Amino acid sequence: MPAEGWPGQVHRALARAGVRLVGYVPDAGLKRLIELCRADRRMRAVPLSTEEEGIGLAAGAWLGGARSALLMQSSGVGNTINVLGMLKTCRLPLAILVTMRGEAGEFNTWQAPMGEATPTVFEAMGVRVRRARRAGEVAPLFAAALASPRATAVLVSQKVLGIKSFQEQRNQ
Amino acid sequence: MKATLQRRAVVSSLLKDRGKLLVVAGLGSTAWDITAAGDSPRNFPLWGAMGQAAMMGLGLAMAQPRRRVLVITGDGEMLMGLGSLATIGVQQPANLTVVVIDNERYGETGMQATHTASGVDLAAAAKACGFRNAKVVSKKMSLRKIVHQTPGPNFLQVKVVAEKLPLVLPPLDGAHLTARFRRALLADVLAKKR
Repeated sequence: MPAEGWPGQVHRALARAGVRLVGYVPDAGLKRLIELCRADRRMRAVPLSTEEEGIGLAAGAWLGGARSALLMQSSGVGNTINVLGMLKTCRLPLAILVTMRGEAGEFNTWQAPMGEATPTVFEAMGVRVRRARRAGEVAPLFAAALASPRATAVLVSQKVLGIKSFQEQRNQ
Repeated sequence: MKATLQRRAVVSSLLKDRGKLLVVAGLGSTAWDITAAGDSPRNFPLWGAMGQAAMMGLGLAMAQPRRRVLVITGDGEMLMGLGSLATIGVQQPANLTVVVIDNERYGETGMQATHTASGVDLAAAAKACGFRNAKVVSKKMSLRKIVHQTPGPNFLQVKVVAEKLPLVLPPLDGAHLTARFRRALLADVLAKKR
């Protein structure tokens, strides 16, 4: 894997795919990627007040001829459920990058239920799921999602992100 | 104050001589209203995704910054996506206007009162979120300039009579609505380049 790591690779995939709008709700695991998108004048990074806004944003952008992408953590996936239906009924393409919480080693048990349900929820709503278990898998899977006519979520394993402790978060 | 404006008259006047105006309507009564004014490929009437009409307007306005975008939605639909007012306020799309047709009711589910019936002021919320222009409209007036020219984001909360009207249904197929909208928009963009 090149020194830039998966956030840099995903950012380059976004630029190469001509993505103009990147909706996001922050997550510690997305920090670097969000910074790269915000600093890139070819794309607009749009902070959202809740993840479901990202589905509306992407649908509007697609109507306007622009490709977009969404970044969120797994806890936010539950916030999108009803409006994910629009991707299916309107046949909208959308690449969603999800950083996982609630997997093995998670210190916050409150994150576990939604983390465990994330793939099931996406699949139930017709969104295809791809899992990145190693850092080198993230960007290729996301590039494929960006090229797909089908709504696809790439789930980034907590093993890739590292398990954060409260102490580490305080020091960030 | 008792509302006197009628929703279909307000929406028809908003869409009269609309030119290439791009319109997103929230599910329910406002989707029927824009269709009663005349179906168009530049209309995107929602049949679901409650709470997302304003965000769809934002995505469209950001994708097409040279075109005017109008969102027409109901008070119940807007209340479900109140956070989107803050998200729009951050982005400041100059070409976006959000019009809430406010009958203070959930019209499709039995006319139950919404929060606006108890005085929740959506225009004040929009103003506080950073909309450049935001006001409550209770009397007949021309809204044409705001929709077609005034730099936004603009927000109009139009108080209307709570009335049950005949349904005027737009096409139901989401993939068809999406394709026809994109085709019309692409044709407009290509025509301009020629």
